[in-house]
Amino acid sequence: MAAQQNLTTHSGERIAVVAGLRTPFAKQATDFHGVSALDMGKMVVNEMLIRAALDPKLIDQVVYGQVVQMPAAPNIAREIVLGTGMNVHTDAYSVTRACATSFQSVVNITESIMAGTVDIGVAGGADSSSVVPITASKKFARALLDLSKAKTLMQRLDIIRKLGVKDILPVPPAVAEYSTGLTMGQTAEQMAKTHGITRQEQDELAHRSHTLATETWQSGKLKDEVMVAYPEPYKKAFEMDNNVRTNSNLEGYAKLRPVFDKKHGTVTAANATPLTDGASAVILMREGRAKELGYTPLGYIKSYAFSAIDVYDDMLMGPSYATPLALDRAGMTLQDLDLIEMHEAFAAQTLANLKMWSSDKFAKEKLGRDKAIGDVDWSKFNVNGGSLAYGHPFAATGTRIITQTINELRRRGGGVGLTTACAAGGLGAAMIVEVE
Amino acid sequence: MSQQSIFSLEVKDNGIAVVTMDIPGESMNTLRAEFAPEIRDVLGKISNDSSVKGVVVISGKKDSFIAGADISMLDACNTAEEAEELARTGQQLFDELENFKIPVIAAIHGACLGGGLEFALACHGRVCTSADKTQLGLPEVQLGLLPGSGGTQRLPRLVGLQKSLDMILTGKQLRAKQALKMGLVDDMVPPSILLDAAMKMALAGKPQRKKVELGLLGKALENVSMGRKVLFEQAQKKTLEKTRGNYPAPEMILEVIEAGANGGFKKGLTLEAKRFGQLCMTAESKALRSIFFATTEMKKETDFEGAEPQKVNKAAVLGGGLMGGGIAHVTVNKAGIPTRIKDISHEGITHAMRYGYDLLNKKVKRRFMSYADMQAKMNMLTGSTEYIGFHDADIVVEAVFEDLGLKQKMVADVEEHCREDTIFATNTSSLPIHQIAEKAAKPENVIGLHYFSPVDKMPLVEVIAHEKTSPQTIATTVAFARKQGKTPIVVKDGAGFYVNRILALYMNEAANVLLEGEPIEHMDAALMDFGFPVGPITLLDEVGIDVGAKISPILEKELGERFIAPTAFDRLLNDDRKGKKNKKGFYLYDKKQKKGEKLVDESVYKLLNIEPMQRLNREEVAERCVVQMLNEAARCLEEGIIASARDGDIGAIFGIGFAPFRGGPFRYMDSLGIDNVVSKLKTYQQRHGERFEPCALLLEMAEQEKTFY
Repeated sequence: MAAQQNLTTHSGERIAVVAGLRTPFAKQATDFHGVSALDMGKMVVNEMLIRAALDPKLIDQVVYGQVVQMPAAPNIAREIVLGTGMNVHTDAYSVTRACATSFQSVVNITESIMAGTVDIGVAGGADSSSVVPITASKKFARALLDLSKAKTLMQRLDIIRKLGVKDILPVPPAVAEYSTGLTMGQTAEQMAKTHGITRQEQDELAHRSHTLATETWQSGKLKDEVMVAYPEPYKKAFEMDNNVRTNSNLEGYAKLRPVFDKKHGTVTAANATPLTDGASAVILMREGRAKELGYTPLGYIKSYAFSAIDVYDDMLMGPSYATPLALDRAGMTLQDLDLIEMHEAFAAQTLANLKMWSSDKFAKEKLGRDKAIGDVDWSKFNVNGGSLAYGHPFAATGTRIITQTINELRRRGGGVGLTTACAAGGLGAAMIVEVE
Repeated sequence: MSQQSIFSLEVKDNGIAVVTMDIPGESMNTLRAEFAPEIRDVLGKISNDSSVKGVVVISGKKDSFIAGADISMLDACNTAEEAEELARTGQQLFDELENFKIPVIAAIHGACLGGGLEFALACHGRVCTSADKTQLGLPEVQLGLLPGSGGTQRLPRLVGLQKSLDMILTGKQLRAKQALKMGLVDDMVPPSILLDAAMKMALAGKPQRKKVELGLLGKALENVSMGRKVLFEQAQKKTLEKTRGNYPAPEMILEVIEAGANGGFKKGLTLEAKRFGQLCMTAESKALRSIFFATTEMKKETDFEGAEPQKVNKAAVLGGGLMGGGIAHVTVNKAGIPTRIKDISHEGITHAMRYGYDLLNKKVKRRFMSYADMQAKMNMLTGSTEYIGFHDADIVVEAVFEDLGLKQKMVADVEEHCREDTIFATNTSSLPIHQIAEKAAKPENVIGLHYFSPVDKMPLVEVIAHEKTSPQTIATTVAFARKQGKTPIVVKDGAGFYVNRILALYMNEAANVLLEGEPIEHMDAALMDFGFPVGPITLLDEVGIDVGAKISPILEKELGERFIAPTAFDRLLNDDRKGKKNKKGFYLYDKKQKKGEKLVDESVYKLLNIEPMQRLNREEVAERCVVQMLNEAARCLEEGIIASARDGDIGAIFGIGFAPFRGGPFRYMDSLGIDNVVSKLKTYQQRHGERFEPCALLLEMAEQEKTFY
């Protein structure tokens, strides 16, 4: 058992989430086509500060992240500060932790508040799959550099002669592991096979996710946490996540062919998350400071944990490793939770994780614990749908889930909720939030 | 030195004499004739010191080199000869400077305009900073003058004829980069090393002048006397097209530059001084200078009845239409104030954002603005279809439909969602402000703020206080409008306020004249000759025939029968003629037409049941329309709608484009003679009806032989 975590400052004040907002999420090359991660980050932070009526001068720090890096603006957090008319003296740095990036940015601000170096901070993340750095091949890049240093024509010709057509073609960023070369889809496929997750089960989860997300949108619950975006070139407003299938029916899912293993596979475009564009952010404050300024905190950060496992097998099993740690640190068990929100990268990954949560064998062999994490009560699990429906702009998902969970807890009159995600590189994140 | 001197001299160890100009107690340096002895004194000291190798002239002011000559000097001149003498003083001084035996370098940061640039031109070399504030130009023409201290001669010799004609005839100001490119300055450096770079240049000796770089055509036009003749003839033709003979300065500028180009520097200077003296005495220059003084004076009036303006940190605009979009744009772009737009639809919000985006994008394309700066400006513009993010707005400008009930609801909304002291400014063009404020809990916060379309271009706004508007609200609103780059005049609450009221009578009269059979193009030409930027019929097409028809009944009801619009125009509306916006009006809006060509839609005559035939000459047409405007302007002053003749002149010039060289309706009436205006009105009254009845103020002034100024 990991030691219990006490997420308070020296004076015993908790870390308060005061506001949370996101843009609607857009499938690749749709409503946010041409809008960079930075533009979306600026958009959401700007709007969040306006809605919260927070004087930008009071913000000590912005920690923000993106997964697909924008070479022109590597420190996206600082560019957000400079580009939105915030106070130039607000410190800002950027983080990256794959799909758990904005869990990390929230933790960074949280820890800084605990340490007493920050009173008010903004955390979040944004990603664009539509504005991506298309790069030159390694060989071509090397040749270009050599060319710039070459002195004679002969030297130049020598360099050029060695290049093939293939080398000159531009290289788009891959959604694959650097170390294994495996794509996420291949890993999901492997996990489905290893853990016996059927096509039917996967399709059912995707259908559930889209159905619940549709209900959530239609009920107006998201009005206060999703802004209307007016992206450049200001031709059209973007109001609602465009990946949510508002007319989802289970039969439709069965018609699709598997993508990653055409013969024996079960992972399809419909039971996986698509590439998505979007941004999200939260305002975090020392509890006392929030109250001093007249804010009613939406909720508090109770505990968090990160985990790391091997990348060859079961790479997306992070939630099963990080969750027990976060529960220990909160001094709780799965049964104490009122809500469980897990990032649905793939239906197969989500279901494999839940299966392992119930497994004593997994607990003993992999976690070194006597007993399984526990069986999930579906009435508490991803009650408003998950990433399968909303979409997954990598760095934006963490703060999307945190805000959504806190707001759902508030609607239920308070309680404790777990948020958790898997991430590339075999990483896992879990964070427990509470609402009074 | 005994008294505070303007020019201080410091000889540095490197042998460079640094002359710093800094007029005590002023925010900017301007040149005055009485400085000449002091400059000579400094130059004398330098030439007596044999250790000095070069001179750098720099300004002690933060953001200006020399912003020009002090034009109040000119008003003190009683004759053309006196003014000519003034020019000659400047010329002689700058000649001495140019003939100084060691190098003199001007180190320029900030405004370097008019006499300031002429000063710099007389130096042997010029270095400027790359800062945005650095602007160089010869704007004298805008005051009906010409550069009188050698500018018309030195500039062409430095940058060539064509470029200098463009600069001197338009008065435009160049940024540092442009100035460097055309050879006006020798070097451009960051502000931090301006003095060092200038000293280095001075130590290197007098910069060698390269020949002006010209293309083949340029050489033919500038270096060959036949070519020059063509060049000046063309310039003359283009100038006359623009001025319609109303402005003497551009023609004289051409004459003076040509004299210098053909007869040499000395001859050019002599004519320059002579023409400068003459121009100073022209009514046109006096009128233009009076506008300059009036606007400068108005800028100094920051308080209102003792109330100082409150800082506006955040603004909101209700309604994302053409006006709302324009208002939001100037608030963000000119005033630099974050603005929240509310509209009932998302389309309205995107429309307003796109309005500013399109304008800024043009700047990005022309490289006047970086993409990141454009994005930063656009980020200051946010929108919502609900009252979210309004609680901290300092001022809300309403630009929704002209509907009293709707506007009253906006007042109630703002009182509910904003702060207690949030100003509600309504951009109505016809509804009385007190009616909009009728149901307000805090009517003191309600004020009119009437913009003209297109908002980003039209310089005037009318600030309309109703009886209960607080001085604080007025002061803050005036300051807000100024930050938006507007020239505000405070007017009293009354139908049509000031500008639309005087415009309405003028337009009605134009309609009457048209219905009597005067041809459309003849009428437009007549009023353009008078000095309006466009003729009344074109204006009607631009504004929209339907818009005029909507306002007329309101004015008639509130102000009386003289505002009755000719009923024949109903036929136009029944024919769905709204003007340019639906491409159906008095003129043809066919895409096949050549650019700039405008043809009358002849079918309009039939519709109006008239046989076009010219009976009146241009002067007669213009007079009949304009006297209506003059009479009504006087009536507005009489009723206290405008506070002064000055405000009335500024309002008419900046709001309607009333001939600037006539100084505005009130100055124009003064120049005509009030009794003359009254007798003209009486004649028209007999001939055309009671609408021409001269107002009481004019009658009284005529009798007492008074003038407005």
